[in-house]
Amino acid sequence: MIPFMIDGQPVEGKEGGNVLEVALDAGIEIPHLCYNESVRPYGACRLCLVEVSRRGRTRLTTACTYPVLEGIEVYTQTEKVLRARRMIIELILAMCPGDQLIQDMAREMGVHAVRFKQEDKDCILCGLCSRICEEVVGAHAIQFAFRGDRREMIPPFLGEAMNCIACGACVVACPVDVIKMKEEGDERTIVRWKRTLKMKQCKVCGNYFAPWFQLEKFRDQAKLQKDFFDVCYTCRT
Amino acid sequence: MKIQTKSDLEKMREAGLKTLYPKTTKISVGMATCGLSTGAGKVYEAIQKEVEKGKLPIRLSQTGCIGFCQREPVVDILEQGKPRIFYQGVTPERSSELVHQWLENKVVEDLLLCKMEREDWIVDGESKDYSILKIPDGMDGTHHYHQIPFYSKQLKIALRNCGFINPDNIEEYAARGGYLSLYKALFDMKPEAIIEEVKRSGLRGRGGAGFLTGNKWESCRKAKGDRKFVLCNADEGDPGAYMDRSVLEGDPHSVIEGMIIGAYAIGAHEGFIYVRDEYPLAIQKLRIALAEAEKTGLLGDNILGSGFSFKINLFRGGGAFVCGESTALMASIEGKVGEPRAKHIHTTESGLWDEPSNLNNVETWNNVPVIISRGADWFSKIGTEGSKGTKVFSIVGKVNNTGLVEVPMGITLREIVYEVGGGIPDGKKFKAVQTGGPSGGCIPESLLDLPVDFDRLTEVGSMMGSGGMIVMDESTCMVDVAKYFMDFLKDESCGKCTSCREGTKRMHEILTDITEGRGTIDQITLLEELGWVTAEASLCQLGGTAPNPVLSTLRYFREEYEEHILHKRCPAKVCRALLQYRILPDVCTSCGRCAKVCPAEAITGKQRTKKEKGKPFKINPQKCIKCGMCFEACKFKAVEVK
Repeated sequence: MIPFMIDGQPVEGKEGGNVLEVALDAGIEIPHLCYNESVRPYGACRLCLVEVSRRGRTRLTTACTYPVLEGIEVYTQTEKVLRARRMIIELILAMCPGDQLIQDMAREMGVHAVRFKQEDKDCILCGLCSRICEEVVGAHAIQFAFRGDRREMIPPFLGEAMNCIACGACVVACPVDVIKMKEEGDERTIVRWKRTLKMKQCKVCGNYFAPWFQLEKFRDQAKLQKDFFDVCYTCRT
Repeated sequence: MKIQTKSDLEKMREAGLKTLYPKTTKISVGMATCGLSTGAGKVYEAIQKEVEKGKLPIRLSQTGCIGFCQREPVVDILEQGKPRIFYQGVTPERSSELVHQWLENKVVEDLLLCKMEREDWIVDGESKDYSILKIPDGMDGTHHYHQIPFYSKQLKIALRNCGFINPDNIEEYAARGGYLSLYKALFDMKPEAIIEEVKRSGLRGRGGAGFLTGNKWESCRKAKGDRKFVLCNADEGDPGAYMDRSVLEGDPHSVIEGMIIGAYAIGAHEGFIYVRDEYPLAIQKLRIALAEAEKTGLLGDNILGSGFSFKINLFRGGGAFVCGESTALMASIEGKVGEPRAKHIHTTESGLWDEPSNLNNVETWNNVPVIISRGADWFSKIGTEGSKGTKVFSIVGKVNNTGLVEVPMGITLREIVYEVGGGIPDGKKFKAVQTGGPSGGCIPESLLDLPVDFDRLTEVGSMMGSGGMIVMDESTCMVDVAKYFMDFLKDESCGKCTSCREGTKRMHEILTDITEGRGTIDQITLLEELGWVTAEASLCQLGGTAPNPVLSTLRYFREEYEEHILHKRCPAKVCRALLQYRILPDVCTSCGRCAKVCPAEAITGKQRTKKEKGKPFKINPQKCIKCGMCFEACKFKAVEVK
């Protein structure tokens, strides 16, 4: 384990780890939106900004992308850090004024008014949905489209996301809860990705438990026998 | 023929000298993009036709950009025993005259740009004298190449061959000392010694950041890894900058040679040139050059029989500005979205496919062969304490001589603008010079005596960048300039970081408000705050430098912002929404011209006739769309703009 300091408190992190995960484990709160421990740090939301002192040089950087290094000193509450975070959350709030989580975070950071023209987006562009889809699920169904201020997370060519297996991992991962999943009869829909798939019925309980497309993909990848998914997880265990 | 020994290389050089300085008259047409866009292709064809028709004893060749882009198409004529002459602004119609006059030992005086009696070979430090025996008629007042202000302050190291060799001919490159440095590096120097030489030369990365090239090479050499990469960044994306394009179009082998030397020093066997697809001619020249180098054994397996192997792949980029950033460039080569990533571990240790990778810009690579042949001591004598050598700038905007210039570091901005650039056209006043591309800063007149080097430009809130230089005169509105660059940056940010994506967008929004008369004084503070966060909180240097246009104009031209906000006035008369057009009744002759051209039918009055005097015309401000047509049309200066 590698020792270093956060706000004067000695902490330890594993090699290859990052400052944010160590801080969160040690109960030190650092606001963050685009970080999720099941995927690689990305550094998009810029909310987990901290000041890191290393070899006599101090710089503002994101805790999620900063590697655990021996002897570094991390400061999470300096005036500089708080000032930058306040502007960042104000910028996100101006973009997505309707998101409850963003409103709450802004209030906690002392941002009560937005000085910019308000937009009516809901997605904060953290990219967690696509990173979960790629790194955890392996479906590669969605990615960012366009760059700069036109950047959007949309299904490919604004049509149906044909690689989406409707597993719902993105639905769970989205920090602002704007990816909705709907189940009606034998169909499951991931609304944002325009993806509707037929579900398979469990031979034992009769419930529709997962999309055919997903189960076939898993069965194929894991080389399972043909009838493996005839029964749902609950009935099997 | 495979080059295996030094005498093979000498033979190639001899062959090149024969085509560079043939016994017959040689006519070369500058056919880089700048030349072609002004019709050099047609000029070439016209001369070719003329030569073929008359079976004239003339050898026709093409070459790259000689720098004076404003005067293209440039044609040069070389004949043994006569001064070499350069024609400017040649048209296909006048090509025949130019050829036939020369054969009669005469020149076309009104097209003459300059003459040359000797040329410098930078690589081996020689000067080739043309030993003049005969001077054609009509050359009495012709200026010498080294005397005309555009060239006299220049020192061409990076552009050493541009405009002098046929870029498609490897032999001509060798003739002027090309590939000799490679031979020296491979056979007379250990990799460590090469790195030491580059370190001692003080060469700093010409892509913008100015990192010491030798140090970068050293850390890549020392990095653990069996597979290492050497990369060339030719993703030049700054508006108005075309230094790298011109080098690739005019002298592609210099970059290839630099890369091979670097690869040998670092211990890499694979290389990539990342060039934007918007540079089709540069790509074509590179393809030919790479194939020629491979065919002659200067690239590929067992180079020159030394046992060292190195291969270069050409990778075409899609034209995203952000892909010039090292990690985004590498992601793009890997086939991923061109987005920067955090690099707390340097790319020299973990870069392309997580292997040690050394990325340098076109101009940096192109300097390497000269450093190897002339030595670090020679190179480090040029320039300033912290910035050695020369820098190529593309000087554009409100300046008399636009073009590609290469000057020693430490030259002042004043010298570049007024001597090389020839000052401001139309008797207007200088206002600012913008260096460093879209995320550079605007430098005011009070700082014109600033010596140009990496550190001094950063100190005043701008940067060296890759070498774009835009000159602005009094008719430029600085708020509008900041808005223009912010518009570019908000489009070209990759959009990953909130601070950069939203920061540039909001700065652009505020600047739009200010230029359209909706600005408030609080917005100046907000701009400064946004600028600070964008620079401090963003992941890569695109965000890190993006606020420079805003912050530097606020620093040096704050009063212009205040004029826009407090008095709703644009002092440079650029921001349309703030302009007021009025017809001065005392000056108006009632000719009615303004009313005729007005597309909004906002001007009324009584036109004078032969019999009757008219009445002065008037503009209805409610109807006026501020297009400026009346202002342009009035011959009597009766339309006033405020």
